[in-house]
Amino acid sequence: MTPVLELQDITKRFGTLTANDDVTLTLGQGEILALLGENGAGKTTLMNILFGHYAADEGTVRVFGKELPSGKPRAAIEAGVGMVHQHFTLAGNLTVLENVMLGSESLLSPSSARAAARKKLMQISDRFGLPVTPEARIAELSVGERQRVEILKALYRDARILILDEPTAVLARPEAQRLFETLRDMTREGLSLIFISHKLHEVMAASDRVAVLRGGRMVAERKTADTSPEELAELMVGRKVERPVRQGHEIGAPVLIAEKVRVEEKGEARLDDVSFAVHEGEILGIVGVSGNGQAALGGLLSGLTTPVSGALTLAGQDVGPLGPRGMIRAGAGRVPEDRHAEGAVGELAVWENAVLERLRSPDFSRRGFVRQAACKSYAAELIARFDIRGATPDTRTRLLSGGNMQKLILGRCLSIGPRFVLANQPTRGLDEGAIAAVHAELLAARAEGAAILLISEELEEAVALSDRIQAIVKGRLSQPVPAHDADARKLGLMMAGVWKEDDHAA
Amino acid sequence: MRLERRAHVPLYLVVVAPLAAVAVALILAGALIAAAGVSPATAYAEMLRGALGSRLSVTEMLTRATPLILTGLAAAVAFRARLWNIGGEGQFFVGALVTAWVGHSLALPGPVGIPVLMALGMASGALLLAGPAYLRLRFSVDEVVTTLLLNFIVILFVGLMIEGPLRDPLAFGWPSSVPVDGDFRLPDLVARTRLHIGFLVAIVAAGAVWLILARTVFGAETRAAGLNASAAAFAGISLPRTLMGVALLSGALAGLAGSVEVLGVTAGVTTTMSPGFGYAGIVVAMLAALHPAGVVAAAIFVATVFVGADAMSRATGVPSFIADVIVALCLLTMLVALLFTTYRVRR
Repeated sequence: MTPVLELQDITKRFGTLTANDDVTLTLGQGEILALLGENGAGKTTLMNILFGHYAADEGTVRVFGKELPSGKPRAAIEAGVGMVHQHFTLAGNLTVLENVMLGSESLLSPSSARAAARKKLMQISDRFGLPVTPEARIAELSVGERQRVEILKALYRDARILILDEPTAVLARPEAQRLFETLRDMTREGLSLIFISHKLHEVMAASDRVAVLRGGRMVAERKTADTSPEELAELMVGRKVERPVRQGHEIGAPVLIAEKVRVEEKGEARLDDVSFAVHEGEILGIVGVSGNGQAALGGLLSGLTTPVSGALTLAGQDVGPLGPRGMIRAGAGRVPEDRHAEGAVGELAVWENAVLERLRSPDFSRRGFVRQAACKSYAAELIARFDIRGATPDTRTRLLSGGNMQKLILGRCLSIGPRFVLANQPTRGLDEGAIAAVHAELLAARAEGAAILLISEELEEAVALSDRIQAIVKGRLSQPVPAHDADARKLGLMMAGVWKEDDHAA
Repeated sequence: MRLERRAHVPLYLVVVAPLAAVAVALILAGALIAAAGVSPATAYAEMLRGALGSRLSVTEMLTRATPLILTGLAAAVAFRARLWNIGGEGQFFVGALVTAWVGHSLALPGPVGIPVLMALGMASGALLLAGPAYLRLRFSVDEVVTTLLLNFIVILFVGLMIEGPLRDPLAFGWPSSVPVDGDFRLPDLVARTRLHIGFLVAIVAAGAVWLILARTVFGAETRAAGLNASAAAFAGISLPRTLMGVALLSGALAGLAGSVEVLGVTAGVTTTMSPGFGYAGIVVAMLAALHPAGVVAAAIFVATVFVGADAMSRATGVPSFIADVIVALCLLTMLVALLFTTYRVRR
């Protein structure tokens, strides 16, 4: 294979930190290369150098054999490299066509130019199998469709090498599968692709070759066919990482019971006729394709939304109308779906987030005044007990990595010995080491008798942690199945809503 | 070139940013002064002499700073919680009106009556902001609009009252309300000047606000709600209660400013008693980066500009409106400076 892209001996230092250390990487024509590494391994820095956002201290970048001038953002684009960012850079109030034209052509151009642009866009759309409606507004599109527009935008600028930064971070699994099929088709049209990821299963499923970065160094390159997820995990983390295994044990009495709960949003049902029970010492897994009511279920169990009918009881107490504070008082620990939006206030110190849920408890305040010393020593305890790295009680929370922020949130709700724990997508976006730590904490809470409801889009995770599993489809829940009976096929059928027919037969 | 968020803001930057903003604003205003045919150096020297050149001018400047500290605190408290209270002017006048009205005929000894009148001024300011806060919580009505428009309503109402029921018959036709009883006039802080103990009230208020924001549960909840409302709500903090608490505190501070101005300086209410204290409070709060201690310093600076500009105008003939220009430029340069304290420029 002829290399279309060569990164040669790239080194980049920020002060004392070496973000990229002598990294060499090539991409062949028509190849899909996965760039694998944990958060902070230097993947993004490397791509920023390729794109001229940073100037490398040492090393060269060659595209189609020609060396790129360093530190010139337009050079890479002109040489035919396109980037699809993890966080989309689309203007929501403009149409698909306008967004595609934005930056390369004037939006005030005459309508003939617009018609030409539209024609070109449709040709690209046909050729690469990426259907779009040019006149649709971005704000009306789903996340998957927006990503398609991002890709089209790069192709419209004649990109022949496409780099995708964590392309599946925002996608549900079927969408992700569709994306990878599309990418495979695109290579047949002569494109070469790099996708950045830290998810082993998608690297295994979608790439031809894998390059593993760790601590800024290129530690290994493998043909995907010659490696295994286990080997890649070890290469990526630098040691053997084993996710903890759930031990069988007796489960106790029901702690949290939902009976025929209905939740509405703007008059539309988000949860309908939902009944389940989580028992002492049990993890109940809720699986489903994203957007099927997980958000409403998370909101209900956090106390943010109130059921319009049905009952939600926690240890015999009706907690439906209590709100978040009432849920916490009743003994619920809650891990929200989005740790940045709901889990923690990034601008506050770690200690402030550690006590945010219980500021008014006598442990942390007296006569309306915050007992800072007590709060900080509690935060220090959490940091030690939950192994929150890079943190002191006074560190600003947004400076923590995703995994450590998640450990802080988990620590905050587990340290009080909750009766019930809501874990909503607890490992989303985390790297292998952090995932193992979060799993271990959840299993430890289970061993101590907490009733845990796990909402997850990662099937492996749900099967590994849960005692029983229910699927959520269009706001309704399937009957529970024991985790040892749940294989991928059965869960797939459940998530597709097929359980409705064999409910009674089972 | 692009902006990158700073991992943490070094302390020196917090101090340097407002100073740099003020310096740039003075340079820009200097160009206007030069265009008016006067050397900026001369003009600024006259300004400094006018505000700080003598015992009398210093006390005059601090007298002017007193209401600015309080309206600055009112804006800072509200803005921290993302409650955009633009109604400081109206709350100031309501506090002033209620104080003069009740203070004219209140039958209490001075030392008891003064705190009572201040409390009434605070309560009336708080109530005036409670309305817009309620409308925002209940119907999502934009408080920028409601608080701003209430200013005009309140000032017109004050005009109505001093032309009618509260008219001072002894004011020889000047549109002024009846004065507060002489027992309730605030004692002088410096003999034979206009500086009154209201200045100390303002300093104490700044300390109290700092204590509330930095050390109480209410302050911590307010901060969390202001920085990330959904995370605060998730953690069980009641956003409506927090917002209403902030509104009451903010309105009370602006109301206190009006009350203190009546008790300490004007005795009666006139529609011209405030040269925009409420609006200038917004500038003060921004210059202070919403910090209570900074509010005191920023209020003294703005008062220096206002008092100094009058003197400069008399000495050099440059219109004293230059004070408004300087203060407005300071707001703009400070907003830019705040950007550079939060972000750094990377290339």
